[in-house]
Amino acid sequence: MTKKITAPLDKTAIVKLEAGDEVLLSGEIYTSRDAGHKRMIEQIEKGEELPFNIKDAVIYYVGPSPNKPGEIIGSAGPTTSYRMDAYTPKLLDSGLSGMIGKGDRNEDVIQSMIKNKAVYFAAVGGAAALISDKIVSSEIIAYEDLGTEALRRLIVKDFPCIVVIDSEGHDLYKSEKVKYRITNNE
Amino acid sequence: MRKINVEVITKTVKELCMEANYYCNDDIRDALIKSKKTEESPIGSGILDQIIQNAEIAGRKKMPICQDTGMAIIFLTIGQEIYFEGGLIEEAVQKGVRQGYEEGFLRKSIVRDPFNRINTGDNTPAIIHYDLVKGDRLTIEVAPKGFGSENMSRIHMLKPSDGIEGAKEAIISTVDLAGGNACPPMIVGVGIGGSFEKAAFLSKKALLRDVGEHSAIPYVKDLEIELLDKINQLGIGPQGLGGRTTALGIHIEVFPTHIAGLPVAVNIGCHVTRHAKKVI
Repeated sequence: MTKKITAPLDKTAIVKLEAGDEVLLSGEIYTSRDAGHKRMIEQIEKGEELPFNIKDAVIYYVGPSPNKPGEIIGSAGPTTSYRMDAYTPKLLDSGLSGMIGKGDRNEDVIQSMIKNKAVYFAAVGGAAALISDKIVSSEIIAYEDLGTEALRRLIVKDFPCIVVIDSEGHDLYKSEKVKYRITNNE
Repeated sequence: MRKINVEVITKTVKELCMEANYYCNDDIRDALIKSKKTEESPIGSGILDQIIQNAEIAGRKKMPICQDTGMAIIFLTIGQEIYFEGGLIEEAVQKGVRQGYEEGFLRKSIVRDPFNRINTGDNTPAIIHYDLVKGDRLTIEVAPKGFGSENMSRIHMLKPSDGIEGAKEAIISTVDLAGGNACPPMIVGVGIGGSFEKAAFLSKKALLRDVGEHSAIPYVKDLEIELLDKINQLGIGPQGLGGRTTALGIHIEVFPTHIAGLPVAVNIGCHVTRHAKKVI
């Protein structure tokens, strides 16, 4: 069964989501990846205010391709999440409630997600043209000099994601792989 | 002696950059559809549906299949009877990449320096591999490589005593480690033998083969079949969320090597593993 949810996501919505849930996400999300994360952390460490309200916010790890004239955004699939692991606990401590990416996360991130009640969604890596269709508006709000890595505010409608790590730390990357693993491999 | 103006290279590279990024190759599409029929995981099956649908949307709208339109890897196979006129080959290729990425609305993902990470703004420089062969034909192949999968690639400098079992272990452990990060179902390129860089080059080149096209060497073909089966027993599945479809294909290239060595390079390709070719 597919759940419909709307970002920003408060804690009451977060705790209802379980690893394995397929969701259609609508509402307001922010884009950031490697260089953008580095810059957000620098701002937090300097005591500066972030360019958006991070409380209950969802960050999508993506660097979209350029939009053609008249189009909202180019292709926009998820990038691999582990590269953001080093920065993530600090953002979760600052109020971030959800992340969308692909691939597994390290133990520090999972523990911080449990502590802060946060959720991690996977979108299908490489399904970039399909996801682009679900983005109804896109606006650069900061770090424009970073090009594709700029901080964008997106409005999405029925963006297909899967809850892969929930707020209790259940991790679909670990639980599903063992179900299909044939262990007589040397 | 056949004359070719380097403007032809620019134009061809430009077109191939766009073609490779917009259109999923038939062999990969067929392999995805085939795997969808056998995938046991409901999540995995749903993901394969999205991947197939995505390729259809991208082709129809002429937009990138994946937002990571890659570092442009260019293979030039040059017949040595060709005389190039009108400028330098290297500059002609870079110009083609610049034009293709700009006019094709492809993402510019290259930074000038590995530490001082300022984007070059036009996706150059491309990596160019030259191969001189007999004849007067020029083959240009463009393989945009995304770094989700590139980052999960590995080279193993094994000992001769590790033998074929050691090579199998190195390949399977690399795929297992890549997991969901490399956008499975993957295409696995393997280069065995040669030197450090030759093995890596062969593993990249192996990704250009059509999926399911086996090595002409009988024992290598058998190895490809055995390893694909073993890889698909790992349970990683589409996007690493469990299932039987971890790889669509594994292509192995072998080369003479040194009495002291057994290099094994594994270049992981994602489920689009893009490449487009033209012979001039």
